[in-house]
Amino acid sequence: MNLPLTPWYDFRDLSGLSSEISGWVGADWLGSIISGVLGALGILMIIGPVLLGLIWLERKVISRFQQRYGPNRVGPKGLLQPVADAVKLVLKEELRPRAADKFLFLLPPILVFIPGILVWGVIPFGPNMQIADLNVGVLFLLAISSTAVVAIFIAGWSSNNKYALFGSMRVIAMSISYEVPMVLSLLTIVFFTGSMSLNGIVQWQQSEDLILILLLPMTAFTFFFAATAELNRTPMDISEAESEIVAGYHTEYSGMRFGLFYAVELLNTFGISAFVATFFLGGWWLWGLDEWIPSWLILLAKTGAVYFIFIWLRGTLPRLRLDQMMNFCWKFLVPSGLLFLVAAAVERTLLIERGWDASIALPVFGVINFAMMGVAIFAWAKASGTPEQRLPSTALMARGRLGGLRAAQAISRQEAGAFEDFGAEPAGGD
Amino acid sequence: MTTPMPSMDPRELVTVNLGPQHPSTHGVFRLKATLDGETIHDAEMIVGYLHRSMEKLAEERTYTQNIPFTDRIDYLAAMSNNLAYCLAVEKLLGIDVPPRAQFIRILFAELQRIASHAMANGTFINDCGAWHTPLFHMFREREQILDLFEMTCGARLTTNYMRVGGVAFDLPDELLPAVRIFLRDMPGHISDYEDLILGNEILVARARGVGVIDAASAINASFSGPALRGSGVPFDLRKADPYCGYENFEFDIPVGRNGDCYDRFLVRMTEVKESLRILHQVVDNIPPGPWLTELPLHLRPEPGEAYARVESPRGELGFYLVSDGGPSPYRFHCRPPSLINLSALKEMTIGGTLADAIVTLGSIDIVVGEIDR
Repeated sequence: MNLPLTPWYDFRDLSGLSSEISGWVGADWLGSIISGVLGALGILMIIGPVLLGLIWLERKVISRFQQRYGPNRVGPKGLLQPVADAVKLVLKEELRPRAADKFLFLLPPILVFIPGILVWGVIPFGPNMQIADLNVGVLFLLAISSTAVVAIFIAGWSSNNKYALFGSMRVIAMSISYEVPMVLSLLTIVFFTGSMSLNGIVQWQQSEDLILILLLPMTAFTFFFAATAELNRTPMDISEAESEIVAGYHTEYSGMRFGLFYAVELLNTFGISAFVATFFLGGWWLWGLDEWIPSWLILLAKTGAVYFIFIWLRGTLPRLRLDQMMNFCWKFLVPSGLLFLVAAAVERTLLIERGWDASIALPVFGVINFAMMGVAIFAWAKASGTPEQRLPSTALMARGRLGGLRAAQAISRQEAGAFEDFGAEPAGGD
Repeated sequence: MTTPMPSMDPRELVTVNLGPQHPSTHGVFRLKATLDGETIHDAEMIVGYLHRSMEKLAEERTYTQNIPFTDRIDYLAAMSNNLAYCLAVEKLLGIDVPPRAQFIRILFAELQRIASHAMANGTFINDCGAWHTPLFHMFREREQILDLFEMTCGARLTTNYMRVGGVAFDLPDELLPAVRIFLRDMPGHISDYEDLILGNEILVARARGVGVIDAASAINASFSGPALRGSGVPFDLRKADPYCGYENFEFDIPVGRNGDCYDRFLVRMTEVKESLRILHQVVDNIPPGPWLTELPLHLRPEPGEAYARVESPRGELGFYLVSDGGPSPYRFHCRPPSLINLSALKEMTIGGTLADAIVTLGSIDIVVGEIDR
């Protein structure tokens, strides 16, 4: 907050405009309210179009992964397809199961939207461009993002549908588990940067000339993976696993209520992408380029890059099972998160207490952390998995010889050359 | 209102109906699962939602008129079904088929196998939770094959191409070059799939050791097709009871080793490659000549019975026909591999989780049109 303010016409950082308005109004508290309301309106006004754009982007990119065109009928390049879908959803009849809880059933689509929008309040779009530069910004993020789980549970419970109940139970189990590595990874960042404010974290990266993903790769990985689980996206989308429990917690929702669930999922994904960009990719800062390009554009570009990775994962990977996800969380992410928390504490001590030269020490730490990450992943890959998973992944060739149970037993006794044991049996040898 | 008695069972079982309308039952199949948490405690299969009474309808129609029914029994492998039925009628009539027709039949049966396996593997990976990407990649190749079908007989899905005594039309001139292009491109596509999915850790974690059925149980349940070979039994009707001259072609039979979902998937992937080998031999050696035997318009076989079976993409597909000397079969029975492969689903799913059950169901590769007929 002690950075120099820019003139009001400087579109690189809109905080200049905001403070101009405050000064013009006169009263300090009124100015804060006005700039806050303007900022909130700005975010809300951006979120709507961004959401529509995200729906289009996600469908288009996934289509390209899948060798098809994607939406291309409504509007130029299909850009208006999300608008058409939204109109359709709004006009659709809102169905409510007779056995559903009337009040609770209506609540979740609205409740689930609130945290999705609130978290945008602490994202720094520029040095001064932030609605609320909370000194507990990280805590705010964790607290707000967990409340969405309650809304999802209400949705699953009030629908009075077994699929919905399964979906919401899976969400609860998953969210509670994955909060732990998420907190651990954020704690590592807070340890290192010495700040809980998101802008403080970005400014630390700016002052050290280093984006945190290079320094704390495993932390970034853990955060990204935990966020994927929190967001219910492939490969962790077990709470709305289409092939298993139809649509999970929003099975019974139709019309715009379903649309809200769908939209908030993308909004949260975009929000988390913005957090990944802020925490690990330097936020609005880009090695001095933020002097020339509006800082909020830099943040949006980084967010878009992270969002693309989310889409990429969704287009590529199958889904994990619930117990496998829990294993991954509790047996890998949490221990490795603790390990890296300790490592970060040691490194921080060396840096501050012992007064090591940051320009030399930080690259060394980065290399060490990368090596530790490699060891951790290698160890997990070695230790994980059941014996079945290490079985050969090629099929045997029967070389034109046939048989029934005897042949199968011969195969199980000795794999290679099993077919030499018995002669080619005549037709119908089974 | 009285409060219900608390159950003596500490496990609080929940019954969930998977289907008849469910994204991964591949049609209107219903699996009534009793769940203890996420674990399957009991499973009951309920079939019959797609029953169209084909076997009874066929008794009122002539032998040739029944061919379109067979398209609709297994709508993902119409050519194989046509072939099995025509073989049964030919057995009943005791007629031979010209060599060119044999080659054409093998050509389309193997193309159909590739198309069907592409669909089966794509949906299997979808059941494992992938967001349609492998499915659409495999659909691309399936489209190529369906284009070949369209080029030959004008239909893509319900081809109605095989006839008693041969095939309906000769191959068009542009077909064999198109098949050669397909054969040239397909190995690259297969290696694409293998890069994308075969070694995928998540797929291995999901499918290895899931839905295991050992060789003895698979034989006891009279499994056939990839489901049987996945359990390690090297049994394939193309070798064991050759028809259409399969004995003249060189190909191998892939077998799995563990009988789990991954092995069934793997067997299908490998079978596609073997089908390509057969197709190469067919395209290079296809003889000229007639493609249809001269037969009377109304077939009236001597009284008797015949059973012909082929290795359809899903397993042993058999047609049993009884003739009373009339123009239509006295009895028309189909041995559907999907239904019989499905019979052990209960044993394969109990003890696993709900997600495992879906993967197992996907790996058996059912077509509900064939189960219910």
